Amino acid sequence: MGGYLNLFLFGLLLLILGIALVVLNWILGLRRPYSEKLIPYECGLDPSGDARIPFRVRFYLIAVIFLVFDVEIIFLYPWAVIFEELSWFGFVEIGVFVIMLLIAYIYAWSEGALKWE
Amino acid sequence: MEGSIEKFIFTLIVAIIILVIALLHVAYLTYAERKIIARMQQRLGPNRVGPRGLLQPIADMLKLLTKEDITPYGVDKPIFYIAPFISLVCAGTGVALIPLWENLILSNINVGLLFILALSSLASYGVILSGWGSNSRYAFLGGLRASAQVISYEIAMSLSLLSVVLMAGSLNLMDIVKAQINSPYKIYLIPQIIAFYVFIISAVAECNRVPFDLPEAETELVAGYFVEYSAMRFAIFYLAEYFGMVIMSALAVTCFLGGWVGPFEVPYVPFFWFLLKLYILLFIYIWVRATLPRYRYDQLMGLGWKVLIPVALINLFLTAFLKLIF
Repeated sequence: MGGYLNLFLFGLLLLILGIALVVLNWILGLRRPYSEKLIPYECGLDPSGDARIPFRVRFYLIAVIFLVFDVEIIFLYPWAVIFEELSWFGFVEIGVFVIMLLIAYIYAWSEGALKWE
Repeated sequence: MEGSIEKFIFTLIVAIIILVIALLHVAYLTYAERKIIARMQQRLGPNRVGPRGLLQPIADMLKLLTKEDITPYGVDKPIFYIAPFISLVCAGTGVALIPLWENLILSNINVGLLFILALSSLASYGVILSGWGSNSRYAFLGGLRASAQVISYEIAMSLSLLSVVLMAGSLNLMDIVKAQINSPYKIYLIPQIIAFYVFIISAVAECNRVPFDLPEAETELVAGYFVEYSAMRFAIFYLAEYFGMVIMSALAVTCFLGGWVGPFEVPYVPFFWFLLKLYILLFIYIWVRATLPRYRYDQLMGLGWKVLIPVALINLFLTAFLKLIF
């Protein structure tokens, strides 16, 4: 059966379903807001200060390493599809590519970028 | 033009039927999970609504529909409102790409596998936006943790699926199933057992399930990124999470367990083998949840980056090497 159009159609159906459920909830549900109810949940205490607190730089570091690996994987997928045609040439070529990446990976590991204490 | 409109209506009907069936699976997965975990913990589980509690998911749905939809102080409104829909659409659209039967696949595109991976990456936007938009520290921390976890395990998962692509020589999920039928073992589970192992672990982590449920760890972050959501918006996040489980299991069935093909034909029961394999994998999800305690965050990241990624890479090159020799 069809291609991208059907995929889009299915996604649209899901979106319509979600919106329909929320609208139905808006019609059927109670609405009795008061100030205590609208405070962000913090185990009964009144929250103090901004909720968007500074976070650890490790999260950022993980995101950067992820980018490197993700680009590598995007290279590897087309390689895997036409692997039969490329044969040994492709194997060696991608081997060199991955080894260069592995050096960076080992470096990041030895620098403690993957450690999370 | 006449023909194309009829074709469109036909496709629409098929899409709606598949969507309804998928939704029923998701709804009853919550019931099955509660019931199975209850039995494993020597409890009874839901047994009040309908015979053996079978109407419980419907009752839950109706209850959530009549609940108050609260928008707390200080939330980033547009982000807060669209985040659940991003989660739902990105988690659920994958159903259209899974080959259910020999010619029954809603959207047979050449890059099916890549598209499912892309959708599961995009689903993390829903998580991080809801965490950011909620104006709550629990939600913020949960969203951060979830995004770091999802991107880490994304790599391991993509690498494990890469060796399947290598063996099949295609990204089309239909072609992958057909390549499995023509391979000597009929399924890729046997030659790709390591990839399967990596895939299952990272799929559990992608879905934020126990033992990797740190983003929503009830005991420290209450519910993580969706703590501020209530009523139907909360239910939509819940739906998205269970949709994710179904998609990951269906992807494992397609890529490793031979899709709809079984050792023999079962008459009168369509989709028998596909559903059987799917249910076994979903049972494993629930079983794992009942068995294992939660990981620590450093253990979680360590497992992803220092064990699964090297193992998947070695497996990939081993596969490539063996394929060249034979």
